[in-house]
Order: sequence, then structure tokens, then C-alpha cells
Amino acid sequence: MFDQQLANGIFLGAVYALFAVGYTLIFGVLDILNLAHSAIFMASSFVALALVGHGMPFWAAFLAATAFGGVLSVVLDRVAFAPLRARGVGGGALGPLISSIAFGIIVVSVVRGIFGPDEVGYPAGAVVSANLHIGHATFTAIDLSVLVISLLMMIMLSLLLKATSLGRAIRAVAENTKAASLLGIDVERTIGLTFLIAGALGAAAGILIGAQFNAVGILMGQRIELKGLAVIILGGMGSIPGAVLGGFLLGLLEVFSVAYLSSSYRDAIAFAVMFLILIVRPAGLLGKRAARTA
Amino acid sequence: MSDVLLRVENLRSGYGRIEVLHGISLEVREGELVSIVGANGAGKTTLLLTLSALVRTRAGSTTLDGARLSGLRPHAIVARGLIHVPEGRLILAQMSIEENLQLGAARTPAVQRRAAIDAMYARFPVLGERRALPAGSLSGGEQQMLAIARGLLAKPRLLLLDEPSMGLAPKLVDAIFSIIAEVRASGTAVLLVEQNARKALALADRAYVLERGRITLSGTGGELLHQPAVVEAYLGSHA
Ligand SMILES: Nc1ncnc2c1ncn2[C@@H]1O[C@H](COP(=O)(O)OP(=O)(O)O)[C@@H](O)[C@H]1O
Ligand SMILES: [Mg+2]
Repeated sequence: MFDQQLANGIFLGAVYALFAVGYTLIFGVLDILNLAHSAIFMASSFVALALVGHGMPFWAAFLAATAFGGVLSVVLDRVAFAPLRARGVGGGALGPLISSIAFGIIVVSVVRGIFGPDEVGYPAGAVVSANLHIGHATFTAIDLSVLVISLLMMIMLSLLLKATSLGRAIRAVAENTKAASLLGIDVERTIGLTFLIAGALGAAAGILIGAQFNAVGILMGQRIELKGLAVIILGGMGSIPGAVLGGFLLGLLEVFSVAYLSSSYRDAIAFAVMFLILIVRPAGLLGKRAARTA
Repeated sequence: MSDVLLRVENLRSGYGRIEVLHGISLEVREGELVSIVGANGAGKTTLLLTLSALVRTRAGSTTLDGARLSGLRPHAIVARGLIHVPEGRLILAQMSIEENLQLGAARTPAVQRRAAIDAMYARFPVLGERRALPAGSLSGGEQQMLAIARGLLAKPRLLLLDEPSMGLAPKLVDAIFSIIAEVRASGTAVLLVEQNARKALALADRAYVLERGRITLSGTGGELLHQPAVVEAYLGSHA
């Protein structure tokens, strides 16, 4: 029982982490909450499903829909954030928040118009679902792939940020756009690439969770939205390792509260625990910024 | 007369509805060290920010080596070789010293980058000893050295320095000025903005006095150092 729950929590947490990493990356660079991240997550999941429906193998649909999510995220930046940025409306302001909500609502409406309001699953046999066993835990091949793909993408992201010139440029822009400009960094291009990466990560999370639960629906974005926000606050705003830690923690909390307490209190318990952690550590688990003073 | 490197003509800029620079004209020739002195709030920082396109040019033009800079975005101006070490240094405090220098050397081909950075460590041993530490852990003087080293790694045609000695103890001020003298001796043109007018004029080939957004005087460093108006306004307290 414990082994099984642990495995379930890890599989769920991996997707939360993957979603949250893209979310926190945008916050870390621009100091804005991108409330359209969950719409990209949801829309890309539908795109993958549609591609598989047209006969594309799952892996190819995964890659194509991940790329779609990245591009949609760049469009989001150009439409919702860049015009405000050009007028000097920056982080902390409410304008970008509203424009990202608007973009998200438009995406949701378009997806509902094309695919309808109902939850749908993958065609039988489209996603490999053989059972695997480790210890006392049983899970499917797709569970394991979700974990491996999520971990790989998060490792690739942290290598990119640490060890490449693009990664250095992204961190420089995150710390001080003026200093970054004077170092010859094309700030707008760097922000665009950051959105591309963040969108692809959010898209991948949406596609994987859709395959894992074999359910793709218009509400999946809304369901993960607040959880993702909780995860990045818990991890420490802007902290990538914090988002990973927070994602796994939330996955485990949810699974264990269902298993040992009550399924009807799943969210209440998970959020209550996160609340308690934040009382002890207001800047989040790995947050460097102290609670803002001004 | 040697070739003009930077030519600024009738430059106007400002913030919002306020115009700060009311038509500035000046030039820097190849290999020259030119100082700009002026009281607090005269517009010195605004001038440098406008040259770097962080503040928009409203009228007038800037050319480097005869090629127009006005209208380019900041990163493109850096690519032309106009390198700006800003007021307050703006080092990236959370990144390591090594990473700050890597960013400075970003346009150096990868094979030469290591050697270029190591040469900076040889020149500024404090930076080398602490290369892996966050740049924010350096003292003010060390941060200024890092900012200048980072600027030099970008291979400037013209180096803009905004108050490099600000907030430093007298011994460090001397150290920074001797670094500036070395930069000029190596043939790099420098446009230096300084509060410390006496030292700046003593070092300069030529200088301009900026008052409330207008150039009011210009001449060689030595000439301005002995102009009664300059002595009274900018050198009195240091005498
Ligand atoms: N970001 C800004 N917004 C509005 N006014 C500014 C800004 N920065 C500087 N100023 C104003 O522009 C004038 C020139 O400032 P500055 O260029 O910093 O002078 P200096 O560097 O010579 O001390 C001052 O009156 C200052 O108050
Ligand atoms: Mg100034």
C-alpha cells in the first residue's frame, strides 16, 4: 500500500513539477504571473490528442504538440506582455496579469469551439499501457515514461540555464534588464526564447497528464492553475529547484491524503499543509528573496 | 587632427514630458580620453544612457566611426563597440564573477574567451581569487573593477565610464584612475563622467562642462583645470 502510494505520488508530482517549472521560469525572468500558462497546457494536450486521432504515433504527436505549446507561448508574449513592456509596465503591475487572463480565456474558448466541452480519451492502443512492477507497486509504462520525460526535461532546463550562453543571458535578464542590455544581450529575443521554453514545458506537462489519466478536457487547465501557483509559491517564486520540490511535494500530499485520510478532503489537506509550510518559510522552501519589503 | 570616433550632434532627450538634454554636441577622437564634468543633475548620466539607447533620442544624431547609432537598439550599439560601464556599476550580483566576465566576453569567439578572461584575472588578481563567488560578495571597489573588466572584455571601440570612483575610499579612487589611465594608454578611447572633476580633468585630453543639459565650456583638460569659472564651480571644494 505504502509503496503504491509513493509511486503514485511521484508520478503525479512529476507532472506538477514540469508544469510549475515553466510557470516559475517566466516569473523569475519577468516578475509576472503568467495566468495563460494553464491554457497552453490544456490546448497542447488537445493538439496531441488530435494528432494521434489523425494517425500520428504518440511520440511524434508529443513532440509536435510540445513545439505548438512553445510557439503559442511566444505569441502570448508578443500579444499580452510585450506591448505593456514597451510602455514600461513591468513586473508587479496588474496590467500583464489581466492581459494574460484574457489571452488564456481566448485560448480556452477557441479550444472549446473546436473540440467541444467534453472530456475525451486517447483511442485504444494509442498509448502503451503495459503494467510494470517495482517492489509492491504496480504502474503502467506511461506512468514511468511521464516520470522519465519530466525528469529529463527538468534536467535539460537546469543545464541550459547553468551552462549555456542562452542560459546566462536568461539569468542576466532575470536579474537586471538594464545591465543585460548594456552587456549586449538582446533582451526582447531572450524573453521570447524564455517564453518558448516555458510554453514547451507547460505543453509537455499537459500532454503527459492527458496520456497518464487518459483524459483530455477543457477544465484540465483550470484544475492545475491554482495548484501550479501554490507549487511555485511553496518552492520559492522564481526558483526552478523549488518548483520541482514543490511539485513532488504536492503530488505526494494529494496521493497520501486520499489514501490515508479522505478523498473528499484531498485539496483541503494538501493546501493546508502548504499553508503551514509558508508560515514557517514565507519566501518558500528554496526562495532567495525575502518577503518583499517595498 | 586625428579621426573622429564618436560624433554627437544636437542631441536631445529626457524622461516623460521633461527634456533633460537640450541639444548636446561633442566628439571623441580615436584614442582620446574625454571627460565630462558637471554638477549633480546636470544630465551626465542621461547623456550616456541616451548614447546607449536606454533613453530614447528625441532629436539629433550620434555616429560611431561615421555609422549612425541613433535608432539602433541597445544590444546593437554594444555590438558596434560602444561599451557603457554604468553609474552604480550594475554588476549581476547573484551571478558569479566568472559568469559576469563570460557575459562581457560573449561576443569573443569561444576559443579565445578563456584566454581573454584569464588575462583579466592576471590584471585584477582579486577577481581571479574569487571567480566562483557571487559578484555581490565583492566590495564596492572590487565591483567597480569587475564592471570595468567586464566592459574591457567586450573589446570597446569607445568605453563610457559613469562615475567609476563614486562612493570609493581615496586609495581606491586612485586605483580606479590608474586603471583608466592604463586603458587609455592601451589605445582605447574613453568618455569619462566624473564628480571628481580635478582628477578627471588632470587625466583628460579634452573635456566638456555640462550645465543643466547644455555644454557650456570645452577645452583641453589643462585649460579647463585653470579656467576661473571651472575652478569656482567644480574645483573649489577639492582645493
Ligand atoms: N528616470 C528618470 N525619470 C525622470 N527624471 C530623471 C530620471 N533620471 C534622471 N532624471 C532627471 O534628469 C536630470 C539629469 O539627471 P542625471 O542625468 O542623472 O544627472 P547627472 O548624472 O549629471 O547627475 C535630473 O534633473 C534628474 O532628476
Ligand atoms: Mg549621474
